Amino acid sequence: MTATALEEPVRKTSPGAAREPRRRPGRLRRIGLPYLLLLPALLLELLVHLVPMVIGIVMSFKELTQFYIRDWGTAPWSGLDNYKVSVDFDAPVGEALLHSFFVTVGFTLLSVALCWLIGTAAAIYMQDTFRGRGFLRALFLVPYALPVYAAVITWVFMFQHDNGLVNHVLHDQLHLTDKPSFWLIGDNSFYALLTVSVWKGWPFAFLIVMAGLQNIPRELYEAAALDGAGMLQQIRRITLPSLRPVNQVLILVLFLWTFNDFNTPYVLFGKSAPAAADLISVHIYQASFVTWNFGTGSAMSVLLLLFLLVVTGVYLLLTSRGRRTADA
Amino acid sequence: MRSIRAAAVGAVTMSFALALTACGGGSSSGGGSNDSPKTLTYWASNQGASIAVDKQVLQPELDKFEKQAGIKVKLEVVPWSDLLNRILTATTSGQGPDVLNIGNTWSASLQATGALLPWDAKNFDKIGGKDRFVDSALGSTGAEGKDPAAVPLYSMAYALYYNKQILADAGISKPPATWHELTADGKKIQAKGKTTLGAEGSNLSENIHHVFVFAKQHGADFFTSDGKPDFTNDNVVAAVKQYVDLMAKDKVVPTGDAEYAQNQSVSDFAKGKQAFLLWQSAAANLKSQGMSEDAYGIAPVPVQSGTPGTGAQVNSMVAGINISVFKNTKNLDGATQFVKFMTSDDEQKILNKAYSSIPPVKAAQEDAAFNSPSNAVLKSTLATSAAALPQVASESQFETAVGTAVKDLFADAAAGRAVTTDSVKAKLEKAQQQMPAA
Repeated sequence: MTATALEEPVRKTSPGAAREPRRRPGRLRRIGLPYLLLLPALLLELLVHLVPMVIGIVMSFKELTQFYIRDWGTAPWSGLDNYKVSVDFDAPVGEALLHSFFVTVGFTLLSVALCWLIGTAAAIYMQDTFRGRGFLRALFLVPYALPVYAAVITWVFMFQHDNGLVNHVLHDQLHLTDKPSFWLIGDNSFYALLTVSVWKGWPFAFLIVMAGLQNIPRELYEAAALDGAGMLQQIRRITLPSLRPVNQVLILVLFLWTFNDFNTPYVLFGKSAPAAADLISVHIYQASFVTWNFGTGSAMSVLLLLFLLVVTGVYLLLTSRGRRTADA
Repeated sequence: MRSIRAAAVGAVTMSFALALTACGGGSSSGGGSNDSPKTLTYWASNQGASIAVDKQVLQPELDKFEKQAGIKVKLEVVPWSDLLNRILTATTSGQGPDVLNIGNTWSASLQATGALLPWDAKNFDKIGGKDRFVDSALGSTGAEGKDPAAVPLYSMAYALYYNKQILADAGISKPPATWHELTADGKKIQAKGKTTLGAEGSNLSENIHHVFVFAKQHGADFFTSDGKPDFTNDNVVAAVKQYVDLMAKDKVVPTGDAEYAQNQSVSDFAKGKQAFLLWQSAAANLKSQGMSEDAYGIAPVPVQSGTPGTGAQVNSMVAGINISVFKNTKNLDGATQFVKFMTSDDEQKILNKAYSSIPPVKAAQEDAAFNSPSNAVLKSTLATSAAALPQVASESQFETAVGTAVKDLFADAAAGRAVTTDSVKAKLEKAQQQMPAA
């Protein structure tokens, strides 16, 4: 973001520089200037993103337990041991990691699908002007605007077994269950987590799709209507294809955010999530912070990073190829 | 042109500044110095009903210290949910407080990191000597055979708090002394529409404190004498099962308690919904929730049979808070002086009264306030029937692994699934496999 913003105005001045070719040092200076201006951003980027990442990778090759955390340098190198422990799926640590991985994949797919579906549906309904549209649009964005911690804490209260609103409605009023259910422990915790995640995530999909819809020319719909296309036909033939580039980015971003989400499960379940909702981010946190074994935790993080890189790469490859054939 | 040059200079300067701050991060190999003798940072644990209460209790004392020693103490009260993480972060970065409170069960784990100042004879002499402290409290300050990593500050013990009115209504004349009596009483209490006993099923530390005592009562320990985990020992399994069975089989703990982790069971007791509460030094907490001191009584925690004592008659862990000096402190002398102040007879009386705990300092225990009937129960428990949690380096991992196993078992019980010897053993086996190999 910063890089392009900095580069643009500088490039515009370069034709002016070309008019005086005699002053070579000055020209050199001007060519160097954009890079010089980029330097702070570059260093910050290094500092905030790359350096910690590299340190994390280094840590994953060390036996960084409680005996060494005070002085990392003294921690002995452990080669690939941390990785071996993480991917030995017959042993408890690897088995738990694999279980957590599958839970996370299932959870992410469901959450992204629901977020996208609800967000897109709401955005399409909000396209036509009607009284109170602005109010509804603002209302829909509230979950996205609320601080995560406050919002999820509220959900914790609602999901409580004894006094929670959810049980009050489902059990006391609608009599849908024989007895009040537990939402924060046991198997139901998966659905509790999914509910909060979708509630928190769909407004973003709504916002992005809504923005995408503004770019579709009205005439297309008018022409389609003249040709006798109904609402569903219009959505299938015009809206969705036009939203393709928007959706491509939206789904990737939603996927990465949901897969890596730490706040929601952590606030909902605390340090030890129930097995049914044991998301990988909290699992890794527990492997490093609660058992004080930062080496294994880092190895797991590196594996997660590799997985997400592969998924993102394959996704971009597939979608861009699809778009190229569509363009051709 | 001039503005471009200015921009370039700005960019370069900023880059250098960034590079410098990046390199200026904490060096963690230091061993304490006296570079800043006029200030101290103190991380206090949350002992009162809220953080605000803690500040009210501690600030006047810190002001007193500033007057005496000329050292300003910056106070931060850290909630329990964050304290261990904050200490770990401070340990890894080398940037931390000068003096801090730690849960006494963490002593050995934190000692192993080397982040805390060892209290050898020389350091103990600076605060008046080791003899000033009660033995049971000193037993929870670090691994055996090593210099303690901390000094006892507040001592607490578990007791059985009972609601006098509920017991009278159910026709029970005295609080139960054995678990058998407690479950029998439970039937009478529940017949009157009240619940019997509270538990914090999702609070890992609470789970550990209780199963530790049950294990003792079954003549078992979670660790072998040479410090190896031994969670699947038959007696340990029986002990854990007995605790979870309070909900699963005896039905004296309501199933809703399986998800409690925020002291909701204390509120249930304070509101008069529940007859019994197993808690450590609950008086101040109950008072802040509006329960009058006359409404409840305090009895020793039940045992299997007979009366509380040592060995299988243990009925509490040695609960408490220790105070430590961070090894990287820039004010070593001041920090030691502050520990001396906080463990002085006078301060011990003031602070332990405010927090309804028992002073681990012998002389301070003599004060009349600690001889009231309720405190007498806590004091005699600490003196005769409390045992320290395992003082091993992997204690904090043990709390997480076994605490989670018990939490899962409570979840099973709450969902109506059977809790059997096999299911308990399977959970404990999984917990044991998660323990570090060393």
